[in-house]
Amino acid sequence: MSLTLEDVSRRVGGQTHVDRVSLTLEPGSFNVLLGRTLAGKTSLMRLMAGLDQPSEGRILMQGEDVTGRQVRQRNVSMVYQQFINYPNHSVYANIASPLKIAGVGRQEVDRRVREVAEMLHIEHLLERTPLELSGGQQQRTAMARALVKDADLILFDEPLVNLDYKLREEFREELRTLFERRDCIAVYATTEPAEALALGGYTAVLHQGRLLQYGPTAEVYHRPATLTAAEMFSEPPINVLEGRVREGEVSFDSEVHFALDNDLAGLADGDYRFGVRPSHLAMTPRADDDLALDVAVELAEISGSETFLHVRNEHVALVAHLPGVHAFGVDEAIRLYFPVHRLYVFDGEGATVHVPRSAGAR
Amino acid sequence: MAEITLSGLAHSYQASPAGAADYAIRQLDHVWEQGGAYALLGPSGCGKSTLLNIISGLLAPSEGEVRFDGVAVNDLPPEARNIAQVFQFPVVYDTMTVFDNLAFPLRNVKTPEAKVRERVAEVAEILELTDRLERKARNLSADDKQKVSMGRGLVRDNVSAILFDEPLTVIDPQLKWKLRRKLKEIHRRFAVTMIYVTHDQLEASTFADKIAVMYDGQIVQFGTPRELFERPNHTFVGYFIGSPGMNFIEVHARDGEVVSGAFPLVLDAATARGVAQVCQDSSNVKLGIRPEFVEVCTEAGADSMTAQVLQVQDLGTYAIVHLGLGEISLKARIDEGKPMPGHEAHVRFPAQHLGLYVDEFRREDRR
Repeated sequence: MSLTLEDVSRRVGGQTHVDRVSLTLEPGSFNVLLGRTLAGKTSLMRLMAGLDQPSEGRILMQGEDVTGRQVRQRNVSMVYQQFINYPNHSVYANIASPLKIAGVGRQEVDRRVREVAEMLHIEHLLERTPLELSGGQQQRTAMARALVKDADLILFDEPLVNLDYKLREEFREELRTLFERRDCIAVYATTEPAEALALGGYTAVLHQGRLLQYGPTAEVYHRPATLTAAEMFSEPPINVLEGRVREGEVSFDSEVHFALDNDLAGLADGDYRFGVRPSHLAMTPRADDDLALDVAVELAEISGSETFLHVRNEHVALVAHLPGVHAFGVDEAIRLYFPVHRLYVFDGEGATVHVPRSAGAR
Repeated sequence: MAEITLSGLAHSYQASPAGAADYAIRQLDHVWEQGGAYALLGPSGCGKSTLLNIISGLLAPSEGEVRFDGVAVNDLPPEARNIAQVFQFPVVYDTMTVFDNLAFPLRNVKTPEAKVRERVAEVAEILELTDRLERKARNLSADDKQKVSMGRGLVRDNVSAILFDEPLTVIDPQLKWKLRRKLKEIHRRFAVTMIYVTHDQLEASTFADKIAVMYDGQIVQFGTPRELFERPNHTFVGYFIGSPGMNFIEVHARDGEVVSGAFPLVLDAATARGVAQVCQDSSNVKLGIRPEFVEVCTEAGADSMTAQVLQVQDLGTYAIVHLGLGEISLKARIDEGKPMPGHEAHVRFPAQHLGLYVDEFRREDRR
């Protein structure tokens, strides 16, 4: 079963929630909708599910127009941020409920409930009620209910937001394997670039109701089509240096100049925005032609095994993503280095004009 | 301002606790030094909220003593302990101005108005609220409201400590780092003991000079963010800090070899000796190594082991490779631009990055 959106828009009052989105999701694909709050993720999912109808455009399943069809007539499951379960029913009854409504026989119900409970590691909790469970176990129950009925389309609307980060890590890994052998389409909304990367599959980057880019997740990350797509798909966001090219030389601010090398030789004179990934900034040069920037530390954020260093100078504010744990004083003066051959280049309109050759290469 | 000592502390929510499992906090001794920036980090249900409530006086511990500067405060009610608290959700009086909100704790104790104005001006300046002092609090954004909550803790100059309970939960993700910076500035300027309670490693490590990691009613490690990363004292710390967490391999000694299941591990001599020695006393022995420190090579070497590559997660700036080493599953981090193995990889465990864990705690004297 494939799902196609053809030029779909959704307007409510005077506001456009979804703006002319065209997209085809292949059978068995795992798809991430990535975007900040109010980017249109939930609106788009509700259109896919048939909970809302588009103001314009068509929705096709396996080539068949299902635009006006209600959610009940589509074979769709949904998992939400909040853990939604029937509080007075056992975990078993919760998982079995969609099958009972569909009139599936008792033995078949039992077989499928136990199978999916085992996949989600809650087989020992089947006799309990949801209120006796932890948040993670409650969300597992809700997921089991969504998975048990063999839907054509399963929608996850930021399902891990209310769980702590260790549980999120475990869930992400499990979800990948859970969907490897399914032929339904999975759609998963998140605000977090790291979550999209961890889930893999395909990613659709959404911004202000528009679809900016769709493709294999790693490909979209490494080869963003626009500066906005690059910014939406990186956390901390990709750093931007305003620069200009004149007669074969690039300059940032007044301080940093370098000659265009082979990679960038094709750049015509003009103003550009140069993108530096936070992970490409380093405390020590890794090559002779690395560029240096003198900056002051605003804050070192430490995430267990990594350091996110917020720095600025009179021209620019940047974030560096350093491996390992490093302490810095607030306002400490340091020098950061970055390699020319890893620069992304965007034109005045924000369209990508150069992707580093090393991007995504192993 | 005070040094806070927790001595022989234990707490059970049950009237007559039968065993260790009935305790939310188990036999805990700890000192928070005057003026330190601390975090109390742990998963939900680890006992950190219980501990916070015992310090602030909302809860009386079943056993043990809480001392402020050496004086027991068990019998003092919360208001007499001079503890300021900042909660997940900002606590402000919506109908009052920002100024009156900040002045409230001072006027409560009948501070002269001139002194009130002086302190409020000082605190508003560092919190960057000066231009909003006359506004009604209800019109503020969530982050400004949370700053007002913090400010109310800072205006009094006699607070023993400020306790933060997940204070950035409702703050917009793009603004969080600015408030984190603000908190550090505040700590530097006021030199008051601050304890920041969170389940988030980033919140804890960014704010605190030292972190107490809590697990199952106990503080299993008290150390700097770097120590927690490089030398986790307990398997839980290894798991909880870092994404993904530390790899742990169950091992035992067999015929002069170190094996995991049936798989013989290639280790440096000192580590192998250490394992053999501790295995005489315990059947729960593990080796720990972080994914960042597992060396993955495309060519076999004398001290390498052959692993199957089960899965590769491209996380953009680096990849996590899931490896199968016999029955052992192992994660390794490979940075962008480094060669990626095919179906097979050759792995090494550098001696300086291996930790030896006996009954879940790290054993330092293995050499």
